[in-house]
Amino acid sequence: MGVAKYIKDEKGVIKEVIYQSGIKVKPAYGPEDLERAGFTYQKDLGAPGEFPFTRSLHPQSYRSRAWTTRQYTGFGTPEETNERFKLMIANGQNGLNVAFDLPTQMGYDSDHPLAEGEVGRVGMAIDSLKDFETAFAGIPLDRIGSGLTINAVATIMMAMYQAVAEKFGYSKDQISTTPQNDILKEMVGRGAWIFPVEHGVRLVGDSIEYAVKELPKSNPVSICGYHIRESGATPAQEIAYAFEIAKAYIDNVTQRGILPEAFVGRFSFNFNVYGNLWEQIAKFRAARKLWAKMLKNEYGVSDKKKLFLRGLFGGGGSGLTKEQPENNIMRGAYYALGAALSGAQTTALCSFDEAYTIPTPRSALLSLRTLEMLMDEVGLRDTVDPLAGSYFIETLTLEMEEKILEEMKEVQQMGGMTKCISNGLIQRKVSRQAYEYEKGLQSGEYRKVGLNPEASDQIAEKTNAGAVELHEYNEDWAKKSKANLKALRSTRNDKDVSDSLKALEKAAKGSDNVMPHLVKCCHAYATVGEMAGVFRQTFGEWKEPEFY
Amino acid sequence: METTTKIRVLIAKPGLDGHDKGAKIVALALRDAGMEVIYSGLHQTLDQIIQTATQEAVDVIGLSIMSGAHLPICEKLMTMMKEKGLEDIRLTVGGVIPHQDIPRLRQIGVAAVFPGGTSFEDIVFGMNKLFE
Repeated sequence: MGVAKYIKDEKGVIKEVIYQSGIKVKPAYGPEDLERAGFTYQKDLGAPGEFPFTRSLHPQSYRSRAWTTRQYTGFGTPEETNERFKLMIANGQNGLNVAFDLPTQMGYDSDHPLAEGEVGRVGMAIDSLKDFETAFAGIPLDRIGSGLTINAVATIMMAMYQAVAEKFGYSKDQISTTPQNDILKEMVGRGAWIFPVEHGVRLVGDSIEYAVKELPKSNPVSICGYHIRESGATPAQEIAYAFEIAKAYIDNVTQRGILPEAFVGRFSFNFNVYGNLWEQIAKFRAARKLWAKMLKNEYGVSDKKKLFLRGLFGGGGSGLTKEQPENNIMRGAYYALGAALSGAQTTALCSFDEAYTIPTPRSALLSLRTLEMLMDEVGLRDTVDPLAGSYFIETLTLEMEEKILEEMKEVQQMGGMTKCISNGLIQRKVSRQAYEYEKGLQSGEYRKVGLNPEASDQIAEKTNAGAVELHEYNEDWAKKSKANLKALRSTRNDKDVSDSLKALEKAAKGSDNVMPHLVKCCHAYATVGEMAGVFRQTFGEWKEPEFY
Repeated sequence: METTTKIRVLIAKPGLDGHDKGAKIVALALRDAGMEVIYSGLHQTLDQIIQTATQEAVDVIGLSIMSGAHLPICEKLMTMMKEKGLEDIRLTVGGVIPHQDIPRLRQIGVAAVFPGGTSFEDIVFGMNKLFE
């Protein structure tokens, strides 16, 4: 039964339910539970749109505006990605969520030996501003915001986004981009890190500082509990670790003499929706409340809007199964329901084939339609925070809040997030949990429909992709990227390139903000590999701590 | 009674992909099953993997590949291993591997394939079977 532990007696009656975050659930809840927890409406909920925002960030929530949908898109060449962008926009999507290939994410050009076989495979290949000019051609950048799934070289892509907008005649104060730019979580989960921890955090700090001063509509960092959860963290740890990471970035920026009030309103978050439905809803409600309280009490932030926990609540990748992939369509719909009941502002849904392949246009559209049904057919826009006041949900939200605080305290006692990631404590902890959870799935302790226990016999059966249409890798992408790169190198102004790279190096070595220098490099058509190369030489590369 | 030596395994993440949960939990499972497990860490070149495998004198390499590049990577690594005379090290691979690619991987010389979703029990069994 999902991702909670269910202990049953010999007749199959459920005796105990324990959520992943460690909360025990009772057979029934009543007013006495709220009383025992000292629950009051004013302190714990407040009206929708009022502090501490447990119920909603906005008084009318989905009544005034349905959620923003941002399916993750991008593969192959910038031309193909551009076509897909236009298709998603024509189908009603109002923001882009851009995927980059691994060489781009790791700061290598398409002709680098390490890029071999990877160009355009999991996202689009970007070598220079030329590629952005193609990818964003005809996209109204003053109207459509773009999430950029990029971290180690987020500063470079943010600069390139500004450069392409300027090239198309938009000014930098019109554009809205949200680079993921959360390097600490890469070190726990997703693995696309390059530079040592302190340099990685400095680059995040540079981009936040720059956005505060130059890019009024952009959100420079999107902190991802999402990937930490995918790596094995519990829902409570997902929130706790994300908040501790946020604090590490806040500290970096405040050391530059900028008050939290000036920038925390630009932070956004990316959280996961897979797992037990009620635990997810309580998680998001508790998270909104805790974030607002923390900013107000610990960082002295007073402007109401800057206390908002904004973000994308969606995805759900780890909840999907390779077995019987079509089951994931229904599974995804329930995750999306959880997101809607949690008041998600922005959402995206993993496509049913994502355990195998990059979503096809058909599967990506199915996800978009699933999200639309919730808003337009089923009634999720009717009233704000419909579960408020439920004895169960309110008790659970309070318990979740406590669990999150416990996990945060543990990190603080071990020296804060930067330290816990540098020495590998967090990575070891979540890997061990992922291992225990996987064992539980395999033994049938955790029930997963279509996976266990009935599918435990035949490996061959389990690996059959069924109705999934595989996304083929096209060798031509690499050829095309390399040819473009070669042409670029022979036509650009070499002096502009080397001058701008030299200025970048000077800033990287010193304490100047690298962002304005990166924008100049982009305009000079310096490549991603060249800009990242400057950082590689200056900062060195991170060495992972032992994980056992 | 036969004396058994522990199987030495290098779990390795070739290339740029950073999704290492699978590699790490399989490393833990093999270790719990009594094998000696070395984990390469992320972003390894094939040269680095061969170097570690030689230094650590492993019996088997377990590649974890999620990016879809398993065919070219395995083919290249097999060739490099042959060139270096490391034919007695077995090559295995796990990760996001479509069913239809398994025959081709076996043809290249991959000793065992463990696509995502394979149970720890089956992986341990498959690894042990290579040395019976």
